[in-house]
Amino acid sequence: MEAFTTHTGRAVPLRRSNVDTDQIIPAVWLKQVSRTGFEKGLFAAWREDPSFVLNDPAYEGATILVSGPDFGTGSSREHAVWALQQYGFRVVIASRFGDIFRNNSTKMGLLPVILPEDVVKRLQDAAEADPKSEITVDLVERQVCAGDLVVPFEIDDYTRWRLIEGLDDIGLTLRHADAVEEYENGRQPWLPTTV
Amino acid sequence: MGRTLAEKVWEQHVVRRADGEPDLLYIDLHLIHEVTSPQAFDGLRMAGRTVRRPDLTIATEDHNVPTVLGPISDPVSRTQVETLRKNAAEFGIRLHPMGDAGQGVVHIIGPQFGLTQPGMTIVCGDSHTSTHGAFGAIAFGIGTSEVEHVLATQTLPAYRPKTMAIEVKGELPVGVTAKDLILAIIAKIGTGGGQGYIVEYRGEAVRKLSMEGRMTVCNMSIEAGARAGMIAPDETTFEYLRGRPHAPTGEAWDRAVEYWKTLRTDDDAEFDKVVEIDATALTPFVTWGTNPGQGAPLGSAVPSPEQFADPVERAAAERALEYMGLTAGTPLRDIQVDTVFVGSCTNGRIEDLRAAAEILRGRTVVTRTLIVPGSMGVKKAAEEEGLHEVFKAAGAEWREAGCSMCLGMNPDTLKPGERSASTSNRNFEGRQGKGGRTHLVSPQVAAATAVTGRLTAPAEL
Ligand code: SF4
Repeated sequence: MEAFTTHTGRAVPLRRSNVDTDQIIPAVWLKQVSRTGFEKGLFAAWREDPSFVLNDPAYEGATILVSGPDFGTGSSREHAVWALQQYGFRVVIASRFGDIFRNNSTKMGLLPVILPEDVVKRLQDAAEADPKSEITVDLVERQVCAGDLVVPFEIDDYTRWRLIEGLDDIGLTLRHADAVEEYENGRQPWLPTTV
Repeated sequence: MGRTLAEKVWEQHVVRRADGEPDLLYIDLHLIHEVTSPQAFDGLRMAGRTVRRPDLTIATEDHNVPTVLGPISDPVSRTQVETLRKNAAEFGIRLHPMGDAGQGVVHIIGPQFGLTQPGMTIVCGDSHTSTHGAFGAIAFGIGTSEVEHVLATQTLPAYRPKTMAIEVKGELPVGVTAKDLILAIIAKIGTGGGQGYIVEYRGEAVRKLSMEGRMTVCNMSIEAGARAGMIAPDETTFEYLRGRPHAPTGEAWDRAVEYWKTLRTDDDAEFDKVVEIDATALTPFVTWGTNPGQGAPLGSAVPSPEQFADPVERAAAERALEYMGLTAGTPLRDIQVDTVFVGSCTNGRIEDLRAAAEILRGRTVVTRTLIVPGSMGVKKAAEEEGLHEVFKAAGAEWREAGCSMCLGMNPDTLKPGERSASTSNRNFEGRQGKGGRTHLVSPQVAAATAVTGRLTAPAEL
């Protein structure tokens, strides 16, 4: 996983709520067996509309997506995270996220930042007024800075540590292989197997 | 203080707990399908890892398979299915491929085989894994990184979600189904209402539901934002499980039932949140918008965006009406559809097909109507009862098992602008094919709609 400490970049305001993962990457894009090339499918249907914000050249190269509430609801497809990352996003800011999407993001090093809805709106306004304005997302200090706005955000210590170190969960769990084995020896005898 | 059902099952599965870290949770059953697994297996190979418990893992082909006999014509889909076959063979995982008697939608086959049992932890790279919570299991969807994690370790690090009780008071009126109930719940609490919670559905109306109905309810927990939904096991659950291929037998059965009976929320347990729903006031429910929370009683009209006080909801409603091509104030009953779909992990079980057949018996459909059994097992059961003859006589198409029109990644799709009444779970923009418009309905409403060509409750026929 890509480590994340602090990131400064320009923002794209996505003024929509309930941006489900079917919108982030439609199902036809999920047939690939590789982990690359998903940036082309990002918001594929919406991007066909020339007035869609990602088609505005002013936002080219932006790395922070600032969305309405309930971003990433719906399907568990991690392809949504891959598509956002491969397109160039490092951070998504919203007042609420779908649980599975948020989980998937932190496994991949895409930082989901939860901020109150009024702050999200201010960031969207700022990005709209001046697409060149920058936002700094500091995971070490757990704060977002934009112009003279400095707002703290919450993230649990463990996830923050894992992101800052860029640690792979599986490696961490395998350190506890003994505990897993011990647990396995005590499982209820009637539990089914698939064989 | 007593504990809730969710807390009991969770605690039973904690392998390791440390301050400031998520719990390491043991996973009893891992379901796999072709779409969210290839990159996970690649990851294993790259790291030189193996599957820790292939004997607790089962795979099926469901999302992108065609539902007519014959090979997969789309080369990209075919490669994905072939990749699953290669991976299953390489890592020693039981697979039910297309055409196999055990094949079907991943959330239909687990319960069908008796692999889904009370008190288990079950995961799958699919958000509707919540379905299995109908048995009193903790079951939730995971992403591909987590699929890889479970393959490698049979565990997952996770924080225990908060607990929410949804108390359904009173009995459902005649003609009102589990699907209507869950659509009404989602409309009430919203698509984000369950975020961060495991929901336990409780109350008289829930107790009276069949296992199929309970699965329909738990299936759509994710549409309210909850990762998992649960229903405490009872005699209905035990009866459903008894005699299934992977259910315990003999003395093991007795011991299991004894334990399963302890899997209920203690009377003095407290939930973090309680929501009440009056079952007696419910009527058939359908969606009018582009998320599952945008629903209303079928007897009402398309709402006007001005009805929503919250500006975010108002904007969402405006956008939804535009996408759906609907005008505020139109009676929902006047909405004409082109296609009716009965199937999916929400409503693709035998009871759903029986309900649709009862309405279609002796009638003729006026729309394109796809009846897609959720599994080959369901298909066989339906054919033994002669349901397929009823569907065919009515002019509906009787298909092979798969996800079909629930999502637009196999040949069964809507064309741009086409409108469906669908028993699936998501009415997102483009979910059933680019530009397609979806109304979520119960199997009963779907069948009645196929007969009239507009959204219709069976009582109106
Ligand atoms: S039937 Fe639909 S919701 Fe269920 S697993 Fe298949 S695609 Fe997902």
